[in-house]
Amino acid sequence: MADSQGADASAHNPGKVSVLWQVEIWPDADQPDRLARNILSDARDLGLPETLEVSACRGFLIQGGLDRSQAVEIAESLLVEPVVEQYKIGRCGDSQFGQVDADHPGLFYVLPLPGVTDPQAESALVAIRQLGFPADAVRTFCKYTASELDADQQSVLCNKLLANESIEQVITGPLQLSEIQLGKPYEFALVHVDIIDVDDSQLMEISRDWQLSLTLVEMQTIQQHYTQLARNPTDAELETIAQTWSEHCSHKTLAGRVSYTDENGTRQFDNMLKETIFAATVEIRQELGDRDWCVSVFEDNAGIVKFDDQYNVAFKVETHNRPSALEPYGGANTGIGGVIRDTLGTGLGAKPICSTDVFCFASPDTPLENLPPGVMHPRRIMKGVVAGVRDYGNRMGIPTVNGAVYFDPRYVGNPLVFCGNIGLLPSEKSFKQPLANDLIVSIGGRTGRDGIHGATFSSAELTDASDITSGGAVQIGNAITEKMLMDVLLQARDRNLYNAVTDCGAGGFSSAVGEMGEKIGAEVWLDKAPLKYDGISYTEIWISEAQERMVFSVPEDKWIKFRDLCESESVEATVIGQFKPTGQLTLKYDGLVVADLSMHFMHDGRPPVVRQAVYQPAPVSPIPKTERSSEQSLNDLLAILGSLNVASKHWVIRQYDHEVQGGSVIKPLVGSENDGPGDAAVVRPVLDSQRGLAVSCGMNPYYGDYDPYHMAASAIDEAIRNCVAVGADPDRIAILDNFCWGYTDRPETLGTLVRAALACYDIATIYQCPFISGKDSLNNEFSYTDPSTGERRTISIPATLLISAMGHVSDVGHCVTMDLKTAGNAIYVVGTTGNHLGGSHWSLVHSIQGGEVPTVEPRMAKELYGRLHEAIKGRLVRSCHDLSEGGFAVAVSEMAFAGNLGAEIDLHDELNETSLSPTEYLFSESNSRFLVEIEPGHETAFQALMAEFTRRVGVVKPLDELLILNGDQELLRSPLPDLKSAWQTPLDWD
Amino acid sequence: MSVKPNVLILRAPGTNCDHETAFAFERAGGNTQSVHINQLLETPAIVNEFQILCLPGGFSYGDDIAAGRILASQLKGDLANVIGEFHASEKLVLGICNGFQVLIKSGFLLPPDEKGLPATLCWNDSGRFVDRWVHLKTDGEKCHFLNGIENLYLPIAHAEGKFVARHESILDALQDNQQLAIKYCNPDGQNGQVVFPHNPNGSQRHVAGLCDTTGRILGLMPHPERHIEPTHHPQWTRQEVGEKGDGLVIFENAIRFFG
Repeated sequence: MADSQGADASAHNPGKVSVLWQVEIWPDADQPDRLARNILSDARDLGLPETLEVSACRGFLIQGGLDRSQAVEIAESLLVEPVVEQYKIGRCGDSQFGQVDADHPGLFYVLPLPGVTDPQAESALVAIRQLGFPADAVRTFCKYTASELDADQQSVLCNKLLANESIEQVITGPLQLSEIQLGKPYEFALVHVDIIDVDDSQLMEISRDWQLSLTLVEMQTIQQHYTQLARNPTDAELETIAQTWSEHCSHKTLAGRVSYTDENGTRQFDNMLKETIFAATVEIRQELGDRDWCVSVFEDNAGIVKFDDQYNVAFKVETHNRPSALEPYGGANTGIGGVIRDTLGTGLGAKPICSTDVFCFASPDTPLENLPPGVMHPRRIMKGVVAGVRDYGNRMGIPTVNGAVYFDPRYVGNPLVFCGNIGLLPSEKSFKQPLANDLIVSIGGRTGRDGIHGATFSSAELTDASDITSGGAVQIGNAITEKMLMDVLLQARDRNLYNAVTDCGAGGFSSAVGEMGEKIGAEVWLDKAPLKYDGISYTEIWISEAQERMVFSVPEDKWIKFRDLCESESVEATVIGQFKPTGQLTLKYDGLVVADLSMHFMHDGRPPVVRQAVYQPAPVSPIPKTERSSEQSLNDLLAILGSLNVASKHWVIRQYDHEVQGGSVIKPLVGSENDGPGDAAVVRPVLDSQRGLAVSCGMNPYYGDYDPYHMAASAIDEAIRNCVAVGADPDRIAILDNFCWGYTDRPETLGTLVRAALACYDIATIYQCPFISGKDSLNNEFSYTDPSTGERRTISIPATLLISAMGHVSDVGHCVTMDLKTAGNAIYVVGTTGNHLGGSHWSLVHSIQGGEVPTVEPRMAKELYGRLHEAIKGRLVRSCHDLSEGGFAVAVSEMAFAGNLGAEIDLHDELNETSLSPTEYLFSESNSRFLVEIEPGHETAFQALMAEFTRRVGVVKPLDELLILNGDQELLRSPLPDLKSAWQTPLDWD
Repeated sequence: MSVKPNVLILRAPGTNCDHETAFAFERAGGNTQSVHINQLLETPAIVNEFQILCLPGGFSYGDDIAAGRILASQLKGDLANVIGEFHASEKLVLGICNGFQVLIKSGFLLPPDEKGLPATLCWNDSGRFVDRWVHLKTDGEKCHFLNGIENLYLPIAHAEGKFVARHESILDALQDNQQLAIKYCNPDGQNGQVVFPHNPNGSQRHVAGLCDTTGRILGLMPHPERHIEPTHHPQWTRQEVGEKGDGLVIFENAIRFFG
């Protein structure tokens, strides 16, 4: 049986003197030095000299009662790849490791900080022990030598490039370790926090010092509660309340009371989310009656809807913004890991079938000197985030099929990372019910000091000191631990071995047990929780956010079977408590009560948050009409194709496995060279069924600068039309909301959010697309002191609403893609073009303000989507592409170069009909529009079906050229390779 | 009608293509059973109930240390004899992607000589994981999994798939012995100069798949189980594609071997 203990697990009895062996491994001379190459490619972003030379090697420290021959055998049979690598071995600190040559005097070792997850080391320790060697601990490291740098440059190299100080340490010069520390024994001491006898300022001091992120009113409420109990809370009690009441866990702002005032007057909300987003879903479900296809919405860890007679599907999208700002790799890594556990912990467990990931960054080309102090360069953030999602999602074997990346300078201090996951579960496994006397069982990873205060941290503002004070909230994931957990969870589910399950996310055990036991009561034995290392206090065990853990409610008579199943796949399962019908949450450590909280006070005791929200519509200033020559229009088009939001994301997409699980139908990249931008991905989650799911998203933060109502409406429309474009049924599309906003205590900021939520209600009800789940992330602002003026500055992110959509495809055989298929086919435009250049990419590349932002006419669009779907289902449509960023001109270009076929377009009738200038028509971003390709034999049928919603505008040509005319006047002409290259180049990174 | 061959789908922590690989074998006419490595280590004799051993794709043990390394180390330890006997009794072994990495690093595909393993799979030249479709051409007639197959169009999805031998002479010998069974080729289906992205990782001699001296062990980096349906083909909305995907034939050949 494999040993599931972590890398710093308790010692074997070696029988020999413990030695710390150091193994250094580097590539043969004819092999690339990948580590060094990565470092050098990032060095330019940080202003390090072009002449910098770096070489790298990877290494292991192995501690145990091992003699030299054993250590050599471990290296040769396990650690080194002799065909392409060389190695050195010796005791740690051996002089051979400290040698440097005159051209490369810098010598640096980078090690993970003690306690930070080190998956390579964990696996190596297990494997070494399986070979029969008595190793106690393993730690990995990287070693670098570098050409000469001055002190400042060296500091940049070490602290910004080689290591991230929130998870790693740099040691300059040779390693001189004598042992790998395994933690110190913990000495129990019960801590009370004096709050009943203190004044308001001291209350706030306590909130700050303990990083509770609680307001004065909340602190006073806790004070009153404990005054009634005539005692002070323990630290564990106070932390539990803070976790439960955190913005992250309770959504107190959006689910709270809001007084909202705009040009139409004032409206009072008792629960803003409930009266907008949830209300839309409730109304849709009522109207659908027997045809209601929602199963569980806004209840569980993910929203659940029907899939077919046998299965339901669950969908959740989470944000992981703040950890990703400090440690992009770990932040994104644990973000995707967390949302996967959300679907695993939905109902009795859903099998994750695909992921979607959306990011917002500042431009990767931002000059170093333009960055505020304390932020990481956006290119490094982007590379780290993509790598984090890649390494976790790929290892889990979950295809990442959909995504988007948006760029705006205001994301510089607050990058946004949205991770979404869809899961499939048998219909009868959609609900959970923990029962009194069930055992509380934790399985998966062990508990460490990881991520302490993640929940309260993600509810607070980032500052330039965050990377120093908040390091404890940053974690690294271990995907294989989660994969093993998933494997046993799905088997245990099918064998009915538990009554309920949930994941340990923000707040750790505290949230998981607190939520599960809310209606019952629970007793938890904290000393039973398996630990990564010694020295962790009872409170730290309780609130640790160590990854890859889930909590189950297991009936006593099924525990042995449950444990044996876990053991058979080397997954650690531990009883850490029992649900007891007391209504109390009781925590014990070695039999002593360390917390005794009323579930009622925890979950219902929080004072309501009351907020003011105001919105004042900005005056609309029209964009003057301009005459553009054919050449100028082409330049506009090339600039938009090459703008970062529109440009090809193949560098990101190809790093994700988007085909694992064998259900891929429409891939993210489509067309004759498999490199065109698909509108939505389609997967078949059940391998012997032709039923599919389309996954897409919509977002446009620029529109929010004009009117957040229309931004939200446009985001919903975009997500839905992307789904419809590939063949999803517009009557079977479920959507999710993720609001990422600035500081919502400011009435103006909250006002923009409420206005967006009102649009969500209006549009969703008419589209009959239910919201099934959502998550918000507020206070995304970055504060710093401007080094040149000494002034305090704050950057708020643009109001950002991500809408994710999941649509049903009854038979994947009727799906279409966006690439042009055959010369001679007709090209039709579907939908109406208005003068919507406000917030458009045409305005963006010209830095033009003003104009009207795209609006949505939902009743018209609903009808249009229904008919277009009939046409696609009736196989009348050869290709279909939605019109979004860059409008008509960008869409027709993408269709042409993706299909490697030309197009000749004549806009004469369209321009007459709409009274738009050619520029307005070509680049307007009006919603609810498509371009479709129709075979000549199907034109009559298509026109009859689509009626007034469509007009013929052109024809597919065998030539390698895009030509757009107004009658006999040439509006735009370009060879396709020029268009494609403009689109592919900007983010085509090494 | 002969009895359906039994296929053992070997699962380890981090294996993640087991489900669709089993589905492909079932579609081809096999009986499959998924077996965890712990179970095999505990009762190695269960392997005798099977005719085909398949190591599917994924990231066994996270690909920590190196891709496939830890599972390879487990196989060549306690299980070397039982797998050796399995192979010697005219049975088939297939390793896909991570399974190929395991088979080559455990020495089952190419036994080690006095200097160690003759070849390995290492990091792609790009230094990154990549998912893309590749054109493939078979070479030689030794491999039983590839009977009647000339060309294949399949996806790859890996970070460590670059085939490297210790020496040119090793490559020559493998070539002469028809063991370099599957090669990346150009979109026209021909060999010759095959550059990135058609050779997606920099493999020597453009090797994508390798068989042992008997032709009964095949390891390949591309994923045949991801191209068994017409809608798997990335061009299916553009052009006529066959009723079954290219990859299915590999599984059918394996089943037919026992027919």
